[in-house]
Amino acid sequence: MLDATEGYTTEDGRKIGGVVMEMKNITLRFGGVTAIEDISFDVHEGEIRAIIGPNGAGKSSMLNVISGFYNPQEGEVWYKGAKRPPMKPYQVARQGIARTFQNIALFEGMTVLDNVMTGRIRQMKAGLLSQALWKGKAEREEVENRAFVEKIIDFLEIQHIRKTPVGRLPYGLKKRVELARALAAEPSILLLDEPMAGMNVEEKEDMSRFVLDVNDEFGTTIVLIEHDMGVVMDLSDRVVVMDYGKKIGDGTPDEVRGNQAVIDAYLGVAHD
Amino acid sequence: MFYREAGDFKTSYVDDSQTFPIKFDRYRYYVVLLIAFAIVPFVINDYWVNAVFLPFLIYSIAAIGLNILVGYCGQVSLGTGGFMAVGAYAVYKLMTGFPEVSIFFHVIAAGGITAIVCVLFGLPSLRIKGFYLAVATLAAQFFLVWLFNRVPWFYNYSASGQISAPEREIFGVAVTGAETLPWAAYLFCLVFCAASAILARNLTRGMAGRKWMAIRDMDIAAEIIGVDPLRAKLSAFAISGFFVGLSGALFFAVYLGAVEVGEAFGINKSFLVLFMVIIGGLGSIFGSFAGAAFLVLLPVLLKNVLVGTLGWPTDLAAHLEFMIVGGLIVVFLIAEPHGLAQLWRVAKEKLRLWPFPH
Repeated sequence: MLDATEGYTTEDGRKIGGVVMEMKNITLRFGGVTAIEDISFDVHEGEIRAIIGPNGAGKSSMLNVISGFYNPQEGEVWYKGAKRPPMKPYQVARQGIARTFQNIALFEGMTVLDNVMTGRIRQMKAGLLSQALWKGKAEREEVENRAFVEKIIDFLEIQHIRKTPVGRLPYGLKKRVELARALAAEPSILLLDEPMAGMNVEEKEDMSRFVLDVNDEFGTTIVLIEHDMGVVMDLSDRVVVMDYGKKIGDGTPDEVRGNQAVIDAYLGVAHD
Repeated sequence: MFYREAGDFKTSYVDDSQTFPIKFDRYRYYVVLLIAFAIVPFVINDYWVNAVFLPFLIYSIAAIGLNILVGYCGQVSLGTGGFMAVGAYAVYKLMTGFPEVSIFFHVIAAGGITAIVCVLFGLPSLRIKGFYLAVATLAAQFFLVWLFNRVPWFYNYSASGQISAPEREIFGVAVTGAETLPWAAYLFCLVFCAASAILARNLTRGMAGRKWMAIRDMDIAAEIIGVDPLRAKLSAFAISGFFVGLSGALFFAVYLGAVEVGEAFGINKSFLVLFMVIIGGLGSIFGSFAGAAFLVLLPVLLKNVLVGTLGWPTDLAAHLEFMIVGGLIVVFLIAEPHGLAQLWRVAKEKLRLWPFPH
């Protein structure tokens, strides 16, 4: 078993830190439907944690609980060693949790640059008056944060479209811009809801590379939902498996692969 | 050929994020400012000021204000007339209450008061969206007009129920009242108009503007990256209210001089400014000017052509004017739903490539 405060070393030799977020006995109901039932798992600092499961297993609901869209009826979310009170999504974002969406949620009318700059909201605190005059703090912040955003833009290789309105971009690039926006926030935890959905093999490879690079270069903790098993098994350090709102497996990709309950959930099981 | 970025290298992020990245645009902007401030005041007469320049400048400010709310933040408002009335009555009460203070500050304070009122009526926007919000702001329109009609304190218990601007001076030159010279009124409004445009542009290209546009484009995504919807929407209402209040104050104090609230600030005014914003282009400061110019200048132009040149009777011309303007609005919206600003953008993109478009 893993120690809660100590980290561990992955198979490929990366050092993983202590627990940064812990979900304790989360139960989420919509009326009579129980979307998530008594699920607990933890996320260590610097690891890539995958949540997998068949359709309707409650993966996205879980992500929505983490990012504050839903408040669970039971259970606690512990973040950086403290219990988190019920929060609005924007408050969660300000604590350093960024996310992307399954069906892209970008600001279509704004340029790529502006989209990514919105990610810097936590770092830009100039008052309205300073902004209106474009002097002092506002201008300084604008330049500093632009410099940071340009780094992200370079990193994700979207320099050539920085002044293009997002609405004109193809799907794969939009996914990348959304990742850039989340990264611009310098999150401690990055939640990715199906980052490879609807992509071809090449785009998936690109995206996988970006996910690994993000984890490697910025040390960002990543929680991701993905359907492509090959991607999940390759990328993630540990995997949570959900089915019908319950947790049926948790462990390294190899452990999960050998788990009979997981195999049953994915392949179906004969009822006799 | 002159209109391109080539050779105009940006070496800092400040340069890169400026309002007019193309050199030609920058110089054109300086030339326009120079003409507006240094040449126009010497050549205009009473007719030009009252028929063209004052309404254009004042409506531009109102359109900029409404554009921030509707075009940038996506919150539809039909209360512009009411909010302009707040600006007008605020400046009237301030002018009569504190005659020793300069009218310059009165106008700004009137904007501030309107901002507060606008925020109050913006509170429902946290719960309701789209058409329903439009109806809620419509309530503001009717309530405010009713209030200024019914509570005599607002019009200082005058027998007619009207408010009229007392004479006020800046640097010894009258800018309100009967003695005002055309160029003084023009310059006074121009200062406010230019300042409004610059401030609005700075706000919209900075973080405040990004927050507003994020709320407009997708409020859920805006929340997830840390935009507080309450503060973003209310700040849009406040800033919008400030500019609308300025325009209301100038409309009353400088342009009309005397006002009856239902007539000057009725629902018609709300729609007029909304049309300016839509025709000019949502989410564009230039569009606010273009829309104001279109709806202010076109009727004047038509009147001059129909009555002045063709010699038709005034009443026939007036009716034809409605039809033509209305028809043009429809045609415009079908041909270019994103307004004059979009036409302008397309023209600029074409011009950048001219004469070798491929």
